[in-house]
Amino acid sequence: MMDLRELYQDIILDHGRHPRNFRKIEHPTHTAQGHNPLCGDRVTLYLTMDGDHIADLAFEGRGCAISTAAASLMTEVLKGKTVAEARELFAHFHARVTGGEDSPLPEPLAEEMERLEPLTGVKAYPARVKCATLSWHALEAALKGGGGTAKTE
Amino acid sequence: MTTASPIISDLGRRRSPGGFDPRRLREEFPIFASNPGLVFLDTAASAQKPRTVIDGIADYYRNDYANVHRGVYHLSERSTDLFEEARQKTRAFLNAADQDEIVFVRNTTEAINLVAFSWGGSFVRAGDEVVVSDLEHHSNFVPWQMLCERGGGRLVMAPTDQTGEFDLTHFEALLSPRTRLVAITHISNVTGALLPVARIVELAHAKGAKVLIDGSQAAPRLPLDVQALGCDFYAFTGHKLYGPTGIGVLYARREMLSAMPPWQTGGGMIEQVTLARTEFQEPPHRFEAGTPDIAGAIGLGLAIDFVEALGRENIREHEADLTGYAVDRLSRIPGLRLLGAGQRQLGVMSFNLDGVHPHDVGTILDQHNVAVRVGHHCAQPLMDKLGLAGTVRASLGVYNDERDVDALVEATLAAREMFR
Repeated sequence: MMDLRELYQDIILDHGRHPRNFRKIEHPTHTAQGHNPLCGDRVTLYLTMDGDHIADLAFEGRGCAISTAAASLMTEVLKGKTVAEARELFAHFHARVTGGEDSPLPEPLAEEMERLEPLTGVKAYPARVKCATLSWHALEAALKGGGGTAKTE
Repeated sequence: MTTASPIISDLGRRRSPGGFDPRRLREEFPIFASNPGLVFLDTAASAQKPRTVIDGIADYYRNDYANVHRGVYHLSERSTDLFEEARQKTRAFLNAADQDEIVFVRNTTEAINLVAFSWGGSFVRAGDEVVVSDLEHHSNFVPWQMLCERGGGRLVMAPTDQTGEFDLTHFEALLSPRTRLVAITHISNVTGALLPVARIVELAHAKGAKVLIDGSQAAPRLPLDVQALGCDFYAFTGHKLYGPTGIGVLYARREMLSAMPPWQTGGGMIEQVTLARTEFQEPPHRFEAGTPDIAGAIGLGLAIDFVEALGRENIREHEADLTGYAVDRLSRIPGLRLLGAGQRQLGVMSFNLDGVHPHDVGTILDQHNVAVRVGHHCAQPLMDKLGLAGTVRASLGVYNDERDVDALVEATLAAREMFR
């Protein structure tokens, strides 16, 4: 049996209890919803883009400790990043939580990835992987535009 | 064929309100030997299977298998006899008047869809109303919503109060001569609440409406008598009754079935086929197109044998007693909110821990080897009504005892500790 504390590390519990950037952006340039039909969790993501850079991002919604912490950490690491960097981080993060292959990241992104590392404990809990990726799927949907809903199913 | 009775009669008739010893009964369920330490509290989703069912299905394939209702040869006749014997057992299980009132389907969902398409398609017209409760599982909600969308009927929601209790007075006020059907669950799959189905049937019939009861959770927990209940349709599934997946039952009174057109058509359900037209068989075969799940039906029959050997009054007593114990122990956990507390509950309990998402509770319980269901339990209208994202649901079976409840409580306390 895996130690639960590897899944629920202090940083996860902290971000789950006190999510950062948990607010609405009144006039976002991009927005999207994430919905996990399996558990009913919902997240709404707001972005303010400045050219190709993410000037501000925030989220609202309800979810478990994992999905809330994942959204919170995501908003922290993506502020100031370009769309290409955000996508590269997501690809890397996705590979890490699903146990897939990942390629080395360039130095600044590798540091950000370090901050997401506590979330990769979910790979031992297949049923919970979607909790960790929900907000990232919403980000994809927001960047594609159209204000759509990203579903994990 | 293997029969359940000799094995069951051997099991401890001592102790426990149900007159059987759940711990010893576990020896009849191979899953517990394969998974030592498993605390299985998810019978409401699907029950584990006794050896008699597992072995009986294999025996049937080994010794008696052939297609039914076709062959002139002995083996096919034997197979047909076993299949029809399962129908007879199901009739007795429900105390239906006639075995022709028993239609084999895949599960409760298919039973309800059959009624929605066949009976609903013929008898629910524009302006007619179908009444459901907001306690319904999606399987007794979505088919009626779709029927109303297709035919211009109106779906009317009989609400529960703020605690999730069915409101009989409000329900009665919703009935009118426009009410064609009341589709209602017997036991809520979320709160375990027992609904006053006999009174609901009386009130609906007084307005000329028909009644369908979703017995998914009640069939494994209560003695049933559809004639005494007077309902027009009763649906349940085999896999929650310790039987195999893929087999379910629609009971419908004979005159209902006789007036209903086939839903699915094809082989096995026809009287005569010509280029110009097809004449269909009488019920129940009219509603069983194609080769049925023969082994599934036989397995269901064996599951019914198993349940009858334990005694359904005994099972009810066992579940009522253990539900009482669980409600009592869970209620003492600070910050735990039990849905439907104070109502008559049987075998199913849903709860939330303040400040902890049900998914997180579920993962921690799983680490303690306690298997429960978390989420919306296919009852989103109820979750919306109660303002919940989901719940943790623990549900009981004949193999559970107080030690399982103790393990649940202990693991729940650990979850509370972690998220303090």
